[in-house]
Amino acid sequence: MSTTPSTTTPPREQWTGQVGFILAAIGSAVGLGNIWRFPGVAYENGGGAFLIPYLVALLTAGIPILFLDYAIGHRFRGAAPTAFRRLGGSRGRWLEGLGWFQVAIAFVIGLYYTAVIAWALSYFVFSFDLRWGDDPAAFFTGDYLQTGEPGVSLEFVPGVLLPLAFVWIVTIVVLAAGVAKGLQRANVIFLPLLVVAFLVLVVRALFLDGAAVGLEALFTPDWAALGDPNVWIAAYSQIFFSLSIAFGIMITYASYRRRKSNLTSPGLVVAFANSSFEILAGIGVFATLGFFAVQQSVTVAELEGLTGVGLSFITFPAIVSQMPGGPIFGCLFFGSLTMAGFTSLISVLQVVSAAVQEKFAVGRRAAAVGVGGVSAVLSILLFSTTTGLLALDVADQWANNIGIVASAVLVTVLVIWVFRRGSELRYHLNAVSTFQVGRVWVLLVGVIGPVILAYMLVQRIISLIVDGYGDLPGWYLALFGWGTIAFIVVAAILTSLLRWRRSPDDFTAWPPYPPDDAARTREKETRS
Amino acid sequence: MTAIAIVFLILSIVIVWGGLVASTLSLRAHPERDDYPPGADDDHRQDDAIVERDT
Repeated sequence: MSTTPSTTTPPREQWTGQVGFILAAIGSAVGLGNIWRFPGVAYENGGGAFLIPYLVALLTAGIPILFLDYAIGHRFRGAAPTAFRRLGGSRGRWLEGLGWFQVAIAFVIGLYYTAVIAWALSYFVFSFDLRWGDDPAAFFTGDYLQTGEPGVSLEFVPGVLLPLAFVWIVTIVVLAAGVAKGLQRANVIFLPLLVVAFLVLVVRALFLDGAAVGLEALFTPDWAALGDPNVWIAAYSQIFFSLSIAFGIMITYASYRRRKSNLTSPGLVVAFANSSFEILAGIGVFATLGFFAVQQSVTVAELEGLTGVGLSFITFPAIVSQMPGGPIFGCLFFGSLTMAGFTSLISVLQVVSAAVQEKFAVGRRAAAVGVGGVSAVLSILLFSTTTGLLALDVADQWANNIGIVASAVLVTVLVIWVFRRGSELRYHLNAVSTFQVGRVWVLLVGVIGPVILAYMLVQRIISLIVDGYGDLPGWYLALFGWGTIAFIVVAAILTSLLRWRRSPDDFTAWPPYPPDDAARTREKETRS
Repeated sequence: MTAIAIVFLILSIVIVWGGLVASTLSLRAHPERDDYPPGADDDHRQDDAIVERDT
């Protein structure tokens, strides 16, 4: 601690190096969605043929928007609000609000993501003695979550409350320890452990009776699917949600890199590592589902609950019960789910913590305890009660499909079209990176990305308004669904209006753009 | 498993895991640029950071 009061900004926290950053970024990208969403989405959208739209989406939207996040965070060196405020320049300080919009989304997601990790942790323990018994569906919603009617209840479920509080305490400790000693260290421990645990699970699954049946169901291509626009939208949304892009995480993470550091090449490693884990999860999950289908003497197509909460907490427990060595398999699966979720959770909360640290000039410990404490209380109030499951499902549907997608559309349109910073950010990426991006990058980020994402957004809004969601009453959706979006927008506006304790505006981006003449002359001299 | 399913299983693995291997190898070969634009001297914390073998 320095004893002399200083008016200068303290040095920014940093990753210890490139490997630390890459591990943390992969840890963030690989989350629950890789394990419980990708396999089912691929299966329902063309099987093997889904590979084509999936790769197209990865190359035309996923990786380009990932690079955009990196460029914004690294060039403007701050959490989302700081970075966007600096990007906006003297006439565009209001762009800070876009950053707070992303921070508010991350805040909301943090509230319920923790609850799912707490469930996974409980199920890790339940695996020891297969506590869910013969009817995992009834056990999950009845015995474990004690789900009641849609409403707002303050009836706490101790079985959820305790693991949830535990997850929050660990999260606050990691955030308080900082970027290098907290976030990076957690990823250095949990990411390799996750990969090993999951590999063991996949190998075990491949030796199950019926594994081939499951893999055949997943990988047999349905070519007709390629003509269906919804399959392409499913591919873009899978890539989009899976990479943790467009809600501040990658902006925040990139801002902790040294100025002179490679951006695009590590970005490619992160993107392909994320997809590699998805393919691995597809193999593991469907080999296991094949076993289940054979046990039940049905086809894979007749199975229910192939994605999300249903797959993880109902279908998988049922399978584990029928399997020789089930408890070990259950531990591997729920342990993997917990670790994958946790390394993503800390990245989501770092978005909020970093933004608070910068705007209110508080230290990382104070921010971690403040942000973590408030979140923990809200999270426990909302999601450890008998109405937690429904609230979670609805908040997730709106925060993801409307919040994040709207954020991505706004970022691409504002940065590329309104503030016209496409070439500057492209210059920045190329000046520091070994993998160069061409003009096509600006085109992908400025046209293809926003067009597809805006289509997804409008389609989803219409369907949620017209069809509702999950047969839930309208007032409930208004409160927990649209209410979530209203909260995010209001929070973004209010936090933008607050005064900065230490102005972030005295900032010069490096390298200067357009590259000044001096640099050009120097370049010529060295060449001649 | 049918032949076509096996082909797509292998294709997925080769393309996606191949992409991971290729991008990792390319990063190992060129972890950093040799020529950064002038300026941007970072503060000195990285000078006394823990010695580690970076990619």
